[in-house]
Amino acid sequence: MNTGIDLQRSLIEFLTGLGLPFGLAKVIWMLIPMVVIVLGVTVGALACTWLERKISAAMQQRIGPEYAGPFGILLPLADVGKLLIKQDIMPAKADPILFTLGPLLVFISIFLCFLVVPFGEHLLISDLGTGIFFIIAISSISPIGLLMSGYSSNNKYALIGGLRAAAQSISYEIPLALAALAIAMMSNGLSTVDIVNQQAGYGILSWNLWRQPVGFMIFAIAALAECERLPFDLPEADEELVAGYQNEYGGIKFALFYGGSYANLLLAGLLVAILYLGGWELPFPIDTISDFLGISPNAGWWQVIAAALGITMTLLKAYFFIFFAVLLRFTVPRVRIDQLLDLGWKFLLPIGLVNLLLTAALKLTFPFAFGG
Amino acid sequence: MNLSEGVQVVSLVILSAMVIAAAMGVVLLPNIVYAAFLLGGVFISVAGLYLLLNADFVAAAQVLIYVGAVNVLILFAIMLVNKRQAYPEFKLSGLRNTITALVCIALFCLLTITLTSTNWAIQPATFVLTSTLVTIAKHFFYDYLLPFELASVLLLVALIGAIVLARREFIADVQKDGAIVDESLSLLEKPREQLVGTKL
Repeated sequence: MNTGIDLQRSLIEFLTGLGLPFGLAKVIWMLIPMVVIVLGVTVGALACTWLERKISAAMQQRIGPEYAGPFGILLPLADVGKLLIKQDIMPAKADPILFTLGPLLVFISIFLCFLVVPFGEHLLISDLGTGIFFIIAISSISPIGLLMSGYSSNNKYALIGGLRAAAQSISYEIPLALAALAIAMMSNGLSTVDIVNQQAGYGILSWNLWRQPVGFMIFAIAALAECERLPFDLPEADEELVAGYQNEYGGIKFALFYGGSYANLLLAGLLVAILYLGGWELPFPIDTISDFLGISPNAGWWQVIAAALGITMTLLKAYFFIFFAVLLRFTVPRVRIDQLLDLGWKFLLPIGLVNLLLTAALKLTFPFAFGG
Repeated sequence: MNLSEGVQVVSLVILSAMVIAAAMGVVLLPNIVYAAFLLGGVFISVAGLYLLLNADFVAAAQVLIYVGAVNVLILFAIMLVNKRQAYPEFKLSGLRNTITALVCIALFCLLTITLTSTNWAIQPATFVLTSTLVTIAKHFFYDYLLPFELASVLLLVALIGAIVLARREFIADVQKDGAIVDESLSLLEKPREQLVGTKL
């Protein structure tokens, strides 16, 4: 077991070496994770919007964004610039406090979840003992923000959209948590790092996907519903609700909703990668490469390469899920609200419970394969 | 979590102030929607207090259950009903409020006296738990198994009760002239036509 890279200690040593006092160096270190999260997630979400445009264009035999930068890759930046300099409009009869607070709550609760998403053994902001439970708990705050903005807009469409968002996210949180619980049971803990480490060893064969196929399906469907993506985009439903709770929003507040929804999609992709697709693990054990090349796995430069490979693998898997979500968005029609709630409560919930029970039974019977 | 003493005290003061302010808002604000949103603030601040006590799992559970489920359901009910009628003026409302305030202040004084007069056995040494999760699970399944199971039975009873209430198996008989035989079984809202093909 190697010790890995300790960025915190080396940075603090570097700064104290420059003559800064220890306390100040620590404060600077505390700022870095915040900046990294906000920047990294924003860039990831912007990449999602670009991918959505490009993939949908390819599906419909169009070219898609073309002129802004190579392959239109600067278009998301132009989007952000446009939204930031637009006038901040508020309806005359809206509730000013709640109207401002709503998008903030949604945005912050989604970005906080990225605290425990690991990109490598030591490449995460904080390895909480409650890991995956923390994500589920924090992401359950965002429906309050949606209800808040739906109510405060003083618009019937917005209110219906907010109510739908709350109903949907409450119904699909339960199957999502049940699927994650089966994984937690197999890895003997809720920590995201433990969950990935439990999938290491035999490369692609030891990924949770093969041991939890039903759980994977439940999690993927519930994650799509939590992100309010088509086929479950009822809270927005452009044709019937004219964008639901975002109806009265424009400018920077709308940018918060828009960025938040794509950050949520990115989070769902990362969660699928971590829980079911082996996180930062390669399709074959990384030690085989270092053994083959005759490198000591503790060599500094090799660890940098391994960490880069891990980040690449995590992102690849996450964007694979996002690709799948984009394909679905332009393929399937929207479900009705009663079908949506039926699917959540009468189909996914019982199956999730059975899956949990089966996992427990299999764990007792085959402790070597199911993480005894 | 290892915070220094000063940070802990400051956090405690801020969180307590948030809990008290939000709770006062829940009780005193006339707008019921504001009160419901502030209730969420109370729950989150209490979760922060748990976090300060190193109970990270309890804090996350508090956020998930009270903020994510209970408070959302309360808001949902308020917005769905959306009853805009003024409260009727109570008789002797001033007297009622005075009595309530007196009782509350008396309770507060009683609790303060108890808190200050009790000799709390405070251990100055803090001990580090390996994982709060494992500790909680051990307590649940060894020494507190019976209360734990009783709580789940209670939840089951509440669940079945809610389903019985929501299903409304008894539908009031309607006579030919449209009068309802038994008022207690009639629906509050109008009976609606079944949508075509509601089956999934």
